[in-house]
Amino acid sequence: MTRAFSGRALEQITVEAVLAGELGADDVRIHPDTLREQAAVAEGHRNPQLAANLRRAAELTALGDGELLEVYEALRPRRSTRAQLEALAARLDALPAPACAAFVREALAAYAERGLLA
Amino acid sequence: MLEGLARRVRLGRFAALDEQPVNRDGFAVEDPSLGLAALASPGDPAPSLVVDEHGRVIELDGRRAADFDVVDRFVAAHGIDLAVAPEAMALPDVELARMIVDLAVPRAEVARLAGGLTPAKLARVVALLRPVELQLGVAKMHVRRTPSIQAHVTNQLDDPLLLAADAATAVALGFRELETTVPVLAHAPSNAVALLVGSQVGAPAALTQCSVEEAIELDLGLRGLTTYAETVSLYGTEQVFVDGDDTPWSKGFLCAAYASRGLKMRVTTGAGSEVLMGEAEGCSMLYLESRCVSLARAMGAQGVQNGGIDGASVAGSVPDGMRELLAENLMVMLRDLESCSGNDTQVSESDIRRSAHTVPLLLAGSDFLFSGFGSVPREDNMFGPSNFNGEDIDDYLVLQRDWGVDGGLRPVSEARLAEVRERAAHAVAAVFAELGLADFDEAHVEAAVVANSSRDLPEHDPGVVADAARAIQARRISILDVVAALARAGYDEEAERVLAMARRRLDGELLQPAAICDEQGRVLSKVTDPNDYAGPGSGYELSPARRAEIASIRQQRSVAARLAEQDEHADHVRLVSRGPAAIGGDPREVVIGVSPAFARALWVTTGGVPVGEALRQIAAGLEEEGCSCRIVRIHDTIDLGMIGLTAARLSGSGIAVGLQAKGTALIHRRDCAPLASLELYSVAPTVTPRMYRELGANAARHAKGLAPHAVRNPYLEEAITARHHARTVALVSVERSLCESGRAPEELEVLR
Repeated sequence: MTRAFSGRALEQITVEAVLAGELGADDVRIHPDTLREQAAVAEGHRNPQLAANLRRAAELTALGDGELLEVYEALRPRRSTRAQLEALAARLDALPAPACAAFVREALAAYAERGLLA
Repeated sequence: MLEGLARRVRLGRFAALDEQPVNRDGFAVEDPSLGLAALASPGDPAPSLVVDEHGRVIELDGRRAADFDVVDRFVAAHGIDLAVAPEAMALPDVELARMIVDLAVPRAEVARLAGGLTPAKLARVVALLRPVELQLGVAKMHVRRTPSIQAHVTNQLDDPLLLAADAATAVALGFRELETTVPVLAHAPSNAVALLVGSQVGAPAALTQCSVEEAIELDLGLRGLTTYAETVSLYGTEQVFVDGDDTPWSKGFLCAAYASRGLKMRVTTGAGSEVLMGEAEGCSMLYLESRCVSLARAMGAQGVQNGGIDGASVAGSVPDGMRELLAENLMVMLRDLESCSGNDTQVSESDIRRSAHTVPLLLAGSDFLFSGFGSVPREDNMFGPSNFNGEDIDDYLVLQRDWGVDGGLRPVSEARLAEVRERAAHAVAAVFAELGLADFDEAHVEAAVVANSSRDLPEHDPGVVADAARAIQARRISILDVVAALARAGYDEEAERVLAMARRRLDGELLQPAAICDEQGRVLSKVTDPNDYAGPGSGYELSPARRAEIASIRQQRSVAARLAEQDEHADHVRLVSRGPAAIGGDPREVVIGVSPAFARALWVTTGGVPVGEALRQIAAGLEEEGCSCRIVRIHDTIDLGMIGLTAARLSGSGIAVGLQAKGTALIHRRDCAPLASLELYSVAPTVTPRMYRELGANAARHAKGLAPHAVRNPYLEEAITARHHARTVALVSVERSLCESGRAPEELEVLR
């Protein structure tokens, strides 16, 4: 059964519930398990890159909207120092979001070589 | 002599050609150093791939790892299937190219091998395909079996009611993705809400997006005010990427960020952007685009919008440019990603040239045939005019019908459009009122419903939209607020549909490649609706119902409807029988031979002249020249030559006029061959009463043994057969039904 990030079942996401004020943003956010299932589907259709993206996405469900925007901003060219990206990777590791942490570390290595650090 | 003349004057022919629309387009001499080369450049690297013992790519397309730029680096790390690469890279380019078009090689096998190709190799392979081979490749390799199409829905004023009415219009026409943007960035939240609501009127489950700056677009998406995203742009060189304030990792993160909220997302690439930025590094457009497409796959994007996009006309300026644009779409498909196939920039001032850009793809089919058909009139397309716009809707519907292909659209009646436009405009006005964003009066709703474009709207305060947009942001209004507002205002169906769009993010099915929702709410994607084209009898086929829908353009007429036009003139003249026609003896007599259905079942010519009037004018012409006339119906043929000749053989002078009900007329003489008439009006729609009179007068002159100047058909510039042949077929069918083999000619008298 499909559940929202909040744990609420899909069938309970109704207009009546909206009008009763019972639903919040987490009731219309995807659950990380659903993203992992879709990752498995992508893997089965020979698209490991899409699968990896969906697994990173599953990790990112733990971040709030504002935090997502912050990480994106940090990864833009010459926004972050080495230390800032290292700290970001450590924060993601702690979440735990190991695939996203690895992604940030990979960016850090590239940015260091290509002059894209702040 | 000639040289002297050439220096002094312009040839009229060249002066005329200079005025043709195509000559407003800019054409460039190929210059690979600037990237002005479509399919190949001396600066393109030779394909290569070297992997070390740890499975790391240490050389990609001639570049060592130490020299990798950010694009090389990302593609090398994630983009190439290293298990397949040794096999795929070893195949000759031409063999791979042939596998793409070989219908015996399954799509999946081609996609498997393409996964192991480097960007340079992929570009070289695709460059070998000629136009028809590109089309076949596209037909075979696009991802989703059922074709679809995306609309641009925008207006100059960011008027929410017009946006909603136009969104509902687009959905009624069949568009399944709707993209808006803003002339004023701060208006984006208002546009997103208007599009979200309007898109769910009339039919459920169309996807919507608002194309603006990346962070704002993501923010709107996270709150559910948009239901997919597309404008995550990628570039083929590092410098352009960084100039665009992004890197492959920042964009890759965006991919995951959108997916983390269940939002469909595709990236945007396309030839020409690097050339326009002066950073093509001497490479061809196709090679740079292959890098972009490879990067898209490496990042884990589900799809790519390309085929030029904003730079389409850069490709269009060089030799093979249009071919390159189609090859871009194919490369996306070969990487097994959704193709949203461009056609969203007007590539030419010439109607011929812009059609020639779009039609090959339309015939081949694609996941999205347009990454933005301008569903609104061009002046309201805030992306700039698309290759096809609101003015071209009927042309597009006719093209679908002409070729029997599914372009994703359908004819819609004016009544149906009025209905959905009104409901959409009211629904958005109600949402804005419920949420305390703005109050729109009924006059404004009405203006939006009937407007062709924002030019038809009355002047109103531009601050209204800005204030509403600011409030949506400040109060963090989300899709749930929109649902509640719709429900409170009594728009239960739309409330349910908008909420369904929120629910759709929860099951993740829209995250698979090429996912759309059809109007029954089913998800069609690579997973649920895979393209299985393998030649005739396979792949997407129009259902009988869909074929009938495409066929039923509002301009088509049945024979019965054509004949109803005839009935408006019924019985305006009566021809009564005076028995079998005899051979006349008066040398001043000219016979007028009329066709079987003339003034019996058919009453007006294709030129709009009532048949009695045509007859009267011919008789008057004869009379003016001192000849008498006798009317005879020829029953046993509908051929005008034989009608005229048969009449001439009954005529005392040996001269006759032949006249069909559809208006074609000639002068015949009894000793001529059937098809060798003396004079002929061959184009009935152009023949006027005055011309019938002249024909009568000339017939009289022939009867008197004179040699008159022949009547002439008027010169025509219009597509006269296209205008009239459908009607002619209906009229001929009536003539044929009344034709009686072996029945002798009959003498007629006009009763007025």
